[in-house]
Amino acid sequence: MSDTITFTVDGVEVTGRKGQTIIQAADDAGIYIPRLCWTKKLKPGASCRLCTVLVNNRPTASCTQPIGEGMVVLNETEQLITYRKNLVEMLFVEGNHFCMFCEKSGNCELQAMAYRFGIAAPKFPYMFPKRELDASHPDIFLDRNRCILCGRCVRASRDLDGKGVFQFVGRGNHKKIGVNAEARLADTNVDVSDDAVGSCPVGAILKKRVGFAVPVGQRLYDHQPIGSDTEAKARRSARGK
Amino acid sequence: MEKPKVATTSLAGCFGCHMSLLDIDDRILKLIQLVDFDKSPVDDIKKFSGDCLVGLIEGGCANEENVEVLRQFRRHCSILIAVGDCAIMGGLPAMRNGIPLQECLDEAYRNGPSVYNPSGRVPNADELPLILNRVYPCSEVVKIDYHLPGCPPPADTLWEAVVALLNGKPLNLPYELIKYD
Ligand code: SF4
Ligand code: SF4
Ligand code: FES
Repeated sequence: MSDTITFTVDGVEVTGRKGQTIIQAADDAGIYIPRLCWTKKLKPGASCRLCTVLVNNRPTASCTQPIGEGMVVLNETEQLITYRKNLVEMLFVEGNHFCMFCEKSGNCELQAMAYRFGIAAPKFPYMFPKRELDASHPDIFLDRNRCILCGRCVRASRDLDGKGVFQFVGRGNHKKIGVNAEARLADTNVDVSDDAVGSCPVGAILKKRVGFAVPVGQRLYDHQPIGSDTEAKARRSARGK
Repeated sequence: MEKPKVATTSLAGCFGCHMSLLDIDDRILKLIQLVDFDKSPVDDIKKFSGDCLVGLIEGGCANEENVEVLRQFRRHCSILIAVGDCAIMGGLPAMRNGIPLQECLDEAYRNGPSVYNPSGRVPNADELPLILNRVYPCSEVVKIDYHLPGCPPPADTLWEAVVALLNGKPLNLPYELIKYD
């Protein structure tokens, strides 16, 4: 059994497999580490930093850090929780998030993260940036007002669809999601069934004509916080299956 | 003992948040046993009769009257609560924040598809409050003590919040009562 690795998260012993990252091993053990740019299907992008944990007291992105024998990982310290809240609040004020009419509302990972953290309102001033919308494609919307620059569409289009429809353009405050280097979505070979289209955690890339299909009360995060399915796994195994 | 006083107002809002307050249904009878309403559309009292414990603000600031009323509320209320997404972040009216004011006025009074206005005049009478360059969240104008999100916030959220504050308890809303839509 040389390829199992044992470490702790918040004092709880976790056994993972060699080659796993902290976030993967934690997921398997039913410990939820908040994340936005990481998903199971994609290579890590490590850009949102929401998954930051302390590894032997150093801040580290748990979606890229491989597990090591005897590692001491802290996930839910007061300081880390504050950092994560601040990150989520900054994402809200940096974009234009009008949840009241957003098709993603109730199924949105950013919104769900804010709910999970109990954020009533961001403490930072809203920036009301000017962002562009691309409605050129018959089946797909791109609304940059809601983009959080997680890069999931970039990685999905490149690595899963083999297309490279999306990429980042610009730097700092001007960074945005580009479409085949400044084209319109309609001019690309993107298809509504592409992984890139389904990969967006927020309402920035949306399929047309399917919005609001699920009524309020039945959406993904209406009753249970994001991550609670992972945590339920731990509770089930604690009860002895 | 005198009952604590509550004041409410709708700034650049749609009165949906006030409707949600009425949605507490028969608990409204309990509420009026607990508090007296001061300046509020609920009782149509136009002027503050004195200082209040709680002020509930619906809507953000889209014109100078909104700013004036909000400042009055801050002066008269010990606890000021931004109720709803418009008070918190401007809400739907803030959709104009990325559009120059002149363009908004032209669209509303001159060029909009359903506009009939041969004189081309934009309303500008003295008694009309001056419209602001953009819509401001309440917290950018005065200090806000609590935020209750939602469009509108659920009636239960408003009820829980007001009851907690009246009883001097901390405001700990359960998961299902914090919603942004
Ligand atoms: S993308 Fe999410 S956070 Fe942004 S407006 Fe839509 S539901 Fe709200
Ligand atoms: S469009 Fe969506 S998936 Fe792509 S970077 Fe923006 S938020 Fe992420
Ligand atoms: S999930 Fe690890 S940095 Fe975004």
